[in-house]
Amino acid sequence: MDNFVEGLSEVTCDVLVIGGGTAGPMAALKAKQKNPALNVVLLEKANVKRSGAICMGMDGLNNAVVPGYATPEQYTKEITIANDGIVDQAPVFKYASRCYDIIQELDRFGIRFQKNANGDFDLKKVHHLGTYVLPMPNGDTVKKALYRQIKRERILVSNRFMATRLLTASDGRIAGATAVNTRTAEFLVLRAKTVILCMGAAGRLGLPHSGYLFGTYENPTNSGDGYAMAYHAGAALANLECYQINPLIKDYNGPACAYVAGPFGAYTANSEGNRFIESDYWSGQMMQEFYNELQSGKGPVFLKLNHLHADTVGEIEEILHKVERPSRGRFHQARGTDYREKMIEMHISEIGFCSGHSASGVFVDEFARTTVPGLYAAGDMASVPHNYMLGAFTNGAVAGEHAAEVALETDLPDFDSEFVKAERKRVLAPTRREDGIPPNQLEYKTRRLVNDYLQPPKVTARMRIGQARLAEVRDDLETALVARNAHELMRSLEVSSILDCADMAAHASLFRTESRWGLYHNRVDYPKKDDDNWFCHTLLRKVDGRLVSEKRPIQPYIVPIENEERTAYDRLRVSNQA
Amino acid sequence: MPLAFSPTTVPVVVDEAKCIADKGCTVCVDVCPLDVLRISDLTGKAHMKFDECWYCMPCEKDCPTGAVTVNIPYLLR
Repeated sequence: MDNFVEGLSEVTCDVLVIGGGTAGPMAALKAKQKNPALNVVLLEKANVKRSGAICMGMDGLNNAVVPGYATPEQYTKEITIANDGIVDQAPVFKYASRCYDIIQELDRFGIRFQKNANGDFDLKKVHHLGTYVLPMPNGDTVKKALYRQIKRERILVSNRFMATRLLTASDGRIAGATAVNTRTAEFLVLRAKTVILCMGAAGRLGLPHSGYLFGTYENPTNSGDGYAMAYHAGAALANLECYQINPLIKDYNGPACAYVAGPFGAYTANSEGNRFIESDYWSGQMMQEFYNELQSGKGPVFLKLNHLHADTVGEIEEILHKVERPSRGRFHQARGTDYREKMIEMHISEIGFCSGHSASGVFVDEFARTTVPGLYAAGDMASVPHNYMLGAFTNGAVAGEHAAEVALETDLPDFDSEFVKAERKRVLAPTRREDGIPPNQLEYKTRRLVNDYLQPPKVTARMRIGQARLAEVRDDLETALVARNAHELMRSLEVSSILDCADMAAHASLFRTESRWGLYHNRVDYPKKDDDNWFCHTLLRKVDGRLVSEKRPIQPYIVPIENEERTAYDRLRVSNQA
Repeated sequence: MPLAFSPTTVPVVVDEAKCIADKGCTVCVDVCPLDVLRISDLTGKAHMKFDECWYCMPCEKDCPTGAVTVNIPYLLR
């Protein structure tokens, strides 16, 4: 295993789904159900059984819009306000209207959600305004339940193939993708009528404080490959300057508090044990308050549970230590930290792109269509803000159904064989060198530069230096990167995605000359929010081989927002403290 | 520029007495999202070949004989 094998094969299908984590299996399932005659291929870098952000499971739905608790209108309003108004509401409203069907479908798959004594879904309030959090007591079964459905529908699964670039036809339509085997480096051309990208977040962009490359908040397999592929295919990417930064248990890099422990009475506190934010729901504004407290004389910040009854803490541990990130209990055990005894130190994560928690992603409309005809995106890499796991499932379903319809009325597009030849040469270049720089060093340097120059507070001159230093790393990547086996080749290609994402982060951040979304886009030399000039999306795309950003107007709201509601998320700091 | 070998203490540990990889089992290798486990040519047992771990635990949870233990990587501990 891992030795190089020369090989070039070609596969043809109707719908190609890239990424077998959360959105991908659902997209493949819905495409096949829409038309069982279609040939649907699900391509995955790891193994669909245990791949992606939810490889171990998930402890709850963070954004369930369930009748009796919330309406699609209320949810759309909350997400619009939480994102400083920079939202096309149509895809959010579509999600909010559709997600209850998906919850019921997942329930039928055997992923049970918490119900009260009457048998109704038992939702908890965590957001600033509405009630949307639904616990999943057996959330460790998610991947297995999905896998059963994939097998039942006879979706063709191709594991251990990493997609490298998208193919487009002479008229600009999507035509398929190229991929490389992660254990043999054999090259694969996949021709398709429609392609759905479900490749997760760009979670390996910043470097965690521990210095361990893989100790990231996101599953580090989500290295931004989808963002990079969409960019190189000419698709527009939205609001990349709106980074993802999350509050975490210091060093462990697992999510901490709000959605699981919050409803039980736990909260985020400063070193004096006092609350300093009104709502623990993750927003840029909340992260700015978190950052301010962290840097202040009352820092650092802690997760506080030691005021709760021991039985309550036990119940929280049962969820936190068993479902989404079960190694958390082991981390605390080794540190000798017990939630019952003292507060647990928290910190903020490295930066990343992820619409699951934030808003940056490949631009999509309410049918999950990107700006490239025939190309779709869903989940953490698509631009539907704060869409979380349920958004990945729901928008994956939307993408699968639409892509199936379009595939039916499309002939297999042609593709450029010269492009494939050049791409194969690019992909395999690190394997052709005898000597050079290994991917782990190139990756460390790239991500260290991201921390030093691109993470907020953002400063113009610093980001420009960062761009120059990253360009030097790119020269090394193109001329000296060496891979001694197929596994290192996978890592080499991931570094290439990480570097592309770093360049996009810098470019997008420099374009928007204002501050917005709290800490996510805190530009110190443009400290004010500037609605006159910047109440708009920014779209970034590749034009003639270069990064180009432009403004895009926000589509007229479907759900109107009153003036006094607009600033609700700007008032998160506990008022008697300030 | 020749490459050096830098040692690291790996987070995933396999109990070779319990591991049945020599009987054809590849479960832990298959389920790792980061593909960092391999079966050793020398011992026929599973081991962590690449120190690139998210300590997510499918390898431990899905192992049919309880041979795999996931520790927190040293730098985070």
